[in-house]
Parts: sequence; structure tokens; C-alpha cells
Amino acid sequence: MEGTILRTENLRVSFGDNLVVKGINMEIGEKKVTAFMGPSGCGKTTILRAINRLHELTPEAKVEGKIFLHTENINEMEAMTVRRRVGMVFQRPNPFPTMSIFENVISGFTLNGIKLKSDEKNHIVEDALKKVALWEEVKDHLKKRATSLSGGQQQRLCLARAVAMKPEVILLDEPTSALDPLSTAKIEDLLYELKGNYTLIIVTHNMQQAARISDMTAFFYLGELLEYDDTKKVFTNPKNEKTQNYITGRFG
Amino acid sequence: MTPYDIQGLKGRRIKDKIFTSMVWLLTFSCLAVVFIILFYIFEKGIGSLNWALFSQNPKPVGETGGGLLNAIVGSLMVVTIGAIIAIPVGVSVGIYLAENRGRKLSDRIALAVDVLQGIPSIVIGIVIYVWIVKPTGKFSSYSGSIALAIMMLPPIIKNTEETLILIPTTLKEASLALGASYFRTTMKVMLPAGIGGIFSGCIIGIARIAGEVAPLLFTAFGNPALNFNILKPVDTIPKVIFTYASSPYDDWHRIAWGGSVILVSFIILLNTIIKIFESRWKVQF
Amino acid sequence: MKNRWRVLENKIFVRWLSFVSIVTMILLLVFFLTLLISSWPAIKANGFGFLWGKTWDPVANNFGMLPFLVGTLITSFLSLLISAPFSIAAALFLGEYYPKGLIPNIFRNVIELLAAIPSVVYGFWGLYTVAPLVSKIEMKLHMPAPGVGIFTASIVLSIMLIPYSVSLIRQVISMTPVALKEAAYALGSTRAEVITKVIIPSNISGISAGFLLSLGRALGETMAVTILIGNSPEIPHNIFSPSYTMASVIANEFTEAVGNIYLSTLIEVGLLLFVVTTIINIIGRIIIKRVSY
Repeated sequence: MEGTILRTENLRVSFGDNLVVKGINMEIGEKKVTAFMGPSGCGKTTILRAINRLHELTPEAKVEGKIFLHTENINEMEAMTVRRRVGMVFQRPNPFPTMSIFENVISGFTLNGIKLKSDEKNHIVEDALKKVALWEEVKDHLKKRATSLSGGQQQRLCLARAVAMKPEVILLDEPTSALDPLSTAKIEDLLYELKGNYTLIIVTHNMQQAARISDMTAFFYLGELLEYDDTKKVFTNPKNEKTQNYITGRFG
Repeated sequence: MTPYDIQGLKGRRIKDKIFTSMVWLLTFSCLAVVFIILFYIFEKGIGSLNWALFSQNPKPVGETGGGLLNAIVGSLMVVTIGAIIAIPVGVSVGIYLAENRGRKLSDRIALAVDVLQGIPSIVIGIVIYVWIVKPTGKFSSYSGSIALAIMMLPPIIKNTEETLILIPTTLKEASLALGASYFRTTMKVMLPAGIGGIFSGCIIGIARIAGEVAPLLFTAFGNPALNFNILKPVDTIPKVIFTYASSPYDDWHRIAWGGSVILVSFIILLNTIIKIFESRWKVQF
Repeated sequence: MKNRWRVLENKIFVRWLSFVSIVTMILLLVFFLTLLISSWPAIKANGFGFLWGKTWDPVANNFGMLPFLVGTLITSFLSLLISAPFSIAAALFLGEYYPKGLIPNIFRNVIELLAAIPSVVYGFWGLYTVAPLVSKIEMKLHMPAPGVGIFTASIVLSIMLIPYSVSLIRQVISMTPVALKEAAYALGSTRAEVITKVIIPSNISGISAGFLLSLGRALGETMAVTILIGNSPEIPHNIFSPSYTMASVIANEFTEAVGNIYLSTLIEVGLLLFVVTTIINIIGRIIIKRVSY
């Protein structure tokens, strides 16, 4: 694929004796939105977390195979470097409860010990908050506790936090599943706007969401990649029978 | 009367009433005892709480007057330095246990901590005597602090562990996903999130050792003079109470009651702080 | 790059955590070895007869621990016995009769105030209040009336044990499955019967563990006992006799001990105290762990 930013080579993930991801080979396009879909337990979130090496937190997890960011093997790089270049937004909003809104946005830098001047900080925070359409709502309350925001606002804050680091890829693990429909719509609009400038990989159960905002869709089933193509093609003319069944709601 | 009426129902009802009365009586006796003791201590000691008590050192035997200044300073010294030693160590072990749950080694360490809590404080004093006082040939405030620090470890460790376990993993993941190192994640995200419980643990530890004498008998030993040097022996309020209580001098008894009031008030204050902390300082996730 | 420092920082941190934790675990072993090595001269000199020797004569280097053993055991068990009905009653009150509510909460906090009073203050208070009372009783019984002795020490010690045993037993009792209690009620039992025939028997391990741990505390309790026990290194005749406990003899004589064997013997007493309390604690904790599942 042209403009590939991420490529996996026979990616396998096992938990103890249980092989959950069974050899995935795929390429993610740069500055595109790729949706990972599939029934619960198909491994889509596991693959996502393999990209930013979060499985290292679980002792029983074993990741084999290769993942390339551009030309570098993610598994051979320093984990912290990978995570600075690949951002993540989680299913439940998780702003740091002891920090203010301002401190949360800039936390990627402070936690990494990167010293910034005051104006640099202000600039980064304002920029990131504007990108997630949160600036107008919070610009007068930047010192307030992050947990004083609503669920939808908190999730946008988490997105701002990730965006502030100017990552090359942003991973989103069901980012709207814990939110109300209005907030969900707001975030989907945001993601659609971020599309041109960032590479997004989004795990979602919501088919309409995938259809609306993604360029490419990957369908996983029981740890295998069954179908991967332009979103329009996958939804209107799926090649695999299982994909067809999932989309029409026969299971999942 | 149905054929299933149970015999002796009246007797059983009476037994039940007697039982309940006994439970009430005994429980209220406990409560009464608390008031009796506290009332007695305060009544005996309030009168001694004057400026002299806080500002003077003990007078030589036989002379009246004198105060607890040296003991107050001594208590502050041993407790503060003990806390300075115990808190970093205790919090670290708590972090280790919270991060390594389910491992056999963690279980063994946790058991060791529990057992450590049950060691008689005088035995801890003996061990520190053998390690430090005997080789250096001197009693010292810092050896007392070390003994007290060992006693403070279990509550600090347990509270830190329990608090950190309650923090959702997603917070740790959010920090790591930003590329932060494990060290910084722990120090700047996890510990601040758990500061309430950790602080409680430290206060519990201090409350536990504030009134201890046994581990100091052969470490900090005692010192009638005012002393700020941690390499020298030092007196503490409970130690002075012990010495004076066993003496025949009324004046010393008077001072000891004053010291008792100070000590008990301090510990009750700490306990109150702990209770307030536990209900207020809950960080929301 | 900055990464190298961060990686190093991580490594040092993780190593520090493991180091400190393992050291804490080994601490117990180190305690045991220290006591063993320091008491070795005494163990060699006194032999096994030490454990049942009746005389404690430091001047003649003739050491026998029996008086302290007896004093310790009698005081500890007696205090446990005296506190037991009160502890069980308060635990039942707070754990079964009134587990929720503002007033029981206040009661619980009040009882916990007993734990806020340091041992030495208990001793001082006991000297002024309990000892004279006991002295009066002794006079009525036409006995020598020093006031201090096993009985006085046990009474004060029993008060000190109450907050701990109440807390432990209350927790155990409040975990009784509701279904069990309801089954008993449904059969027409009175409350007393449900308690005595169902709740207490089904929690007997936990309650025993609670008492076991309280016993461990009683054995190690030093200051209050030292003030109230009478400090007599002879085998007590009755519960009013002055006596000595293992912890008290160490507290009183350690700093005055002249001679290597004397000090070493006191450390030997400490070793035994350590071993006994540790064993009791481990057993108590294991039982509580089993009961919590």
C-alpha cells in the first residue's frame, strides 16, 4: 500500500496458553482512519494494545511477530519512545484526577520530564484544546480539576492530551462506547476533522460510526483478519460471509 | 395448641431476654470504662498543664517544679526521624506489593509484614540494641528512631498497598500510553491519586509509636537534659511518665499526669485526623 | 538521549522496590538470628534447665525462667478470660444487633478510644485506681496487700485487649451469611439461640483467631504490666501475688545487667518471647485467611 505508516508481520498475541491473535498481516495507511471491527473477543483491542506495547503490563501476555512504524520495528524500540509517537484514547475517559484541565493536556510533556517555557505550554494547551473543540468551553476554567468536566468533555480532554504530543498515530479503543449520543456525535465529528492530519486507528462496535468516519475497515474474527478494504466496499459488498453476517447483525 | 408447639417456649424467651440484657450490659460497661479512664486521666492531668510544664526541664530529684520540655523535644525528635526513615521504605514496599499481586513472593512478604506487626516492641528494642547501641557503645536518639521506624512499617505498608490496589489500572495505562516511564507514572500519577490513604497509613503509624516506651528503653534510653543531638540519648514523654510513675515523688506524679494528658490528647487528635481523612479525601476516578 | 536516563531511572526504581520489600521480609529472620546469636552464651551456660528453673539469682549467675513463664502465662490467659465476655458482647452488639447506624458507629469509635491510650498511661492509671481497690480486697481477704500483682495487671491488661478483640470478632461475625441466620430464625429460634447455636459456632475459627491474636498482644505487652505486676521473681502463690512477666523482667533489668551471661540470659528470654508470639501470630493469621474465603 502506498503511504503505509504501520505494518504488521505475522503478529501473534497469546495470554498464557491461549492464542488470541493468530498471525495478522496488514498495513495501515498514513493519515487515514482505519476501523477495527468484529465480535467481542475477536482480538481487535488486543492488536491495538500491541501497537503501543501496553501488553507489557500483563505478565502472561506474549507478543510475537513484527510491527513496523515506518521502517522501525516497534518491538525493538524503547517502549517509551513508541508510546510518545503513538497516542491512545481509552474506552472510559481517564483524565488524571489530581491534575487540572491545563495540567492534563500538558501531562504528556510533564510526565516525560520535558521542560517547557510558560508560553510554550500555553500555546500547546490552547492548540490541542482547539483541535478537539473544547477550547471555548474551558478556556476560562483551565485550572479546574479535570474530573469536574462531563463524560464527553473528559473524553475530548483525553483526546487533547494525546494530540498535544503530536503523535504519528492515534489509537482509539471504543472511544465513545461510554458516552451519551450527543457527546458521541461530537467526538465523531472531531475524528472526522482530525482525519487529514493524523493517522487514526479506531476499534469500534458501532457500525454506523465506522461507516461514517473511517476510510478503511478491517474485520476480525476469532483472532484472524477476515476482510480489510475500503470502508464503502466492506459495508456494501463484503467478500467474506462472516463479514456479511456481522454487518447485517446476525451475530456480534 | 397445635401438636407442634415447642416445649419450654416461655423459658427460651426468658433466656433470650437475659442474653440480650447481658450483651447490652457488658457493652455499656465497655463504654463506661472508656469514660472512666479518660475522665480520670484528664482530671488528674489538666491541672498540671501550665507554661512551666512545656518550657522547663526536669529539676533534680527532690526539688519541686520542673517540666517536660526535654521530653517533648525528645519525643518530637525520635518520632520525626522515625517517620522520615519509615515512610519512604513503607510506601515503597506498599507499591511493590500492589504491583506484584498474586505472586508467591508477595504473599510471603505480606505475611512477614503481618508478623512484624505482632512482634513485642521490647524485642525490637533488644535487636536494635545489639545492632547499634552495643557496637557504638552509646545510647542515641537515632537508634530509638530506627526501632520506632520498624514498628511504623506495617501500617504504612498495608495502607499504601490497599490504596494503590483501588486505583483503576486505566489511570496507569493512560500515563504509560503517553510514554511516561514506570517511575514517573508511579510518582506523578499513582501516588498523588492515592495520597489520602497513604497519608492515613503514615498517621496511623505515628499514632502507634507516639506512646511507646519499651523499644526506647535500651536505645534512646533517657536524658534529663535538653538535647537536640540525634547521636545522644534522649527522653520521651512516655518514658518520663514511666520513670515518674514508678517513683515515690508526688511532684513527679503531677508532671506524669500532665504528660499523660498531652500524650493521650495527641493520639486522639491523630485518630480523629485519620477518620476525617478517610471520609473526605477520596479522589474520584 | 533523555531516554537512557529514563530507562536507568526505571531500573533503579524497580530494583529499589524489590530490594526494600525483600529486606522487610528477611527482617524477621534477621531478628531471630540476632536474638539467637546474642543469647547463645546464656543458652550454653544455663542449659535446658533454664526453662523450668525456679530461681532467678543474677548475683550467683543462677538463672531459671519458670517464675516469668508462669507469670506471663497466668497474666495473659487471665486477662484474656476477663476481657472475653466483654469483647464478645461488644462484638455482638456492633456486629449483629446493630451493625449499622449512627449511634453504634459512635459506640465503635468510643471503644476504639481505648486503643489510643498508651500502655504506660494504662499502667499509671491502674496504679492509682485499680491497685488500691485490689489492695482493699486483699485486706478483706486477710492477705498481704501490696495492691500490685497478677490480678491488678490482668484487669488492666484485659481493658487494653478489648478494642482489638472487639474489632477482630466484630468483623468475623458481621461476615456470617444472612441465609444461615434466616434459616435459623425461620425455624423459630430466638435471637439468643441464633447467636449461640448458629453464629458463634459457624464463626468459631475466626473468633478463636481473634482471641489468639489478642493473646499474642497480651504476651508482648510490657509497660502497663511492668508497672502493675509487682516485680517479684518468685513463683506466684495465687492470683493476688506479685509476679514477673518475661517482658517486664527484660524492661526492668536489661540496662542494669552486669556481666555477659546476665545480659545474654535476658536476651534469651526475649528470644523465647519472640518465638512464642511469632508462632501465635502466624497461626492466628492463617486461620483468619482461611475464614475470609
